[in-house]
Amino acid sequence: MIEQRWKKWVYFYIPLTLFIIGTLFPFYWMFITAVRPDVELYRSWRAVNNTPFWTLNPTLEHFRDLMAKTTFPRWLWNTFFIACASTAISLFCGLLSGYALGRLRFPMAGTLGTAIFVTYLVPPTLLFIPLANIIRTFQLGDTPWALILTYPTFLIPFCTWLLMGYFKTIPKELEECARIDGATRFGAMVRIIFPIAIPGILSAGIFAFTLSWNEFIYALVFLSSPERKTVPVGVVSELIRGDIYFWGQLMAGALLGSIPVALVYSFFVEYYVTGLTGSVKG
Amino acid sequence: MKKSIAGGSGSATGLEVALPRSGAIQPVLTRFLENEGLLAALLLAPTISLLGVFIAYPFVMGVWLSLSSTSVGNPGVFVGVKNFVKAWNDSIFQTAFQNTFYYTFWATILKLALGMWLALLLNRHFRGKRIVRASMLLPFIVPTVLSTFAWRWMFDPTFSVLNWLLYQTGFITTKLPFLSDGTYGMWCAITVNTWRGMPFFAITLLAGLQTISPDLHEAASLDGANGWQRFWRVTWPLLKPVTLVVVVFSIIQTFSDFQLIYVLTGGGPANSTHLVATYAYQIGVATGLLGEGAAISLFMLPVLFIVVWAQLRYLRRLEGA
Repeated sequence: MIEQRWKKWVYFYIPLTLFIIGTLFPFYWMFITAVRPDVELYRSWRAVNNTPFWTLNPTLEHFRDLMAKTTFPRWLWNTFFIACASTAISLFCGLLSGYALGRLRFPMAGTLGTAIFVTYLVPPTLLFIPLANIIRTFQLGDTPWALILTYPTFLIPFCTWLLMGYFKTIPKELEECARIDGATRFGAMVRIIFPIAIPGILSAGIFAFTLSWNEFIYALVFLSSPERKTVPVGVVSELIRGDIYFWGQLMAGALLGSIPVALVYSFFVEYYVTGLTGSVKG
Repeated sequence: MKKSIAGGSGSATGLEVALPRSGAIQPVLTRFLENEGLLAALLLAPTISLLGVFIAYPFVMGVWLSLSSTSVGNPGVFVGVKNFVKAWNDSIFQTAFQNTFYYTFWATILKLALGMWLALLLNRHFRGKRIVRASMLLPFIVPTVLSTFAWRWMFDPTFSVLNWLLYQTGFITTKLPFLSDGTYGMWCAITVNTWRGMPFFAITLLAGLQTISPDLHEAASLDGANGWQRFWRVTWPLLKPVTLVVVVFSIIQTFSDFQLIYVLTGGGPANSTHLVATYAYQIGVATGLLGEGAAISLFMLPVLFIVVWAQLRYLRRLEGA
């Protein structure tokens, strides 16, 4: 019995605790840096009164500076707007094409499905240079539309893929019943199939939202005015002046920029996980 | 009340008697939409046009750019494979190319090993299971750039908390040069990438684990298999399909990674931690040599192609079986 308990500690509790500490420590560190006054932040690491893991004089000064002296609130709004718009476009396209690929029979269906799957695997870093050129030609540079139109390139394939799988699980009879009752094919799709797919749509939407909130390279390359930037790009390029890192402010920004996605995630954990696991099932 | 009687699914022309509240256009449109092929074309049109304009077209243009001497403000002329040859002989590119393989290899191995371990732990029953599972995904949810900043601060040359910790516990007597040395820098990047990607492995593998019936384990232990044997003989074979898919995804993302290195080391010190993508950015965007930058990023293509091809073949085989 004693051996059992000892084993459980060694094989379960200790490793799990280490995983939890390892996973969450950077977030704790973000938080503690953000509320620490500058005097404490830049104290020698061998100082006697060093208390790196907590602070006795927490301050909100960094948050105040961030909100008042930088364009951070503006970045938050930009990111939110761009993420919502590109998610909406991707859901719309993904819903329609997912339905077509999952439930309709037509020539080339297989080829198209494969093609969309392949675009799903094309990383943004492969195309950002020519894409920057195209954005310039379309005169979209430095506008939110540059991102709203390019984010769907990696969101649509994912939404299509996920929803296609979802549509395939809905029995065909359901649609046939509706059609016997006089619904058109289009009507059956919109009124019968789409409502059933709402959990799938929610999963795809939440996953797409977090992906576009986190996107970096397109935003970095396509936007240039400070007030147009998204949170990740703004924090990287505007909160560092010259070679000086204002760590308190940076960490406050990192924390505030992470909270919206973390909140969305915490409300829809189950859907997010379905989206995540669905995204790789194929 | 009039009714339309449509054929079963698959029949292209339903037997239309009439339609409720039909205007002049509606029957035409409706009949048009009853045809599966036409409806499919209509439904796929937005997706195909968007992906065509912003994926297929840039791809073709990327190939053209890589074969030209284009730079910002200069349309450029066709120069053949000069850009590729130049990159291939460039010592910074060579380092970046090797780094990319090194980084992908180690980060993927670590993510798989740790992710599998974490998945096995999370698959057990314990108090607070739900909240622990949910919080384990946080590194994957939070914008990578922002969490990488936290790591950068933890690796800070002067104020590193990790140095402090190692010093206080007596493991080191002088500070470790986390980001000011190429090898250390690469391993810092691998650590951060592992930290960020491990939850993705853990949660997807956990989903796979949950589909494995506990009866199988019970049967195996009745036959006298120990924990290790049960994992290798029962869990692993059943988990292999989902593992392979997750690994492929991870390889693609890690191989084409940009943001992590951009924030953590910026390719430094002395260009020793560049990856292909960060170097392409440096040349193509920061320096403005679009042609050379496009050529550098196209060096990722063969590897990505092989991985995607293998993945597709594997999926086909699964469907065939």
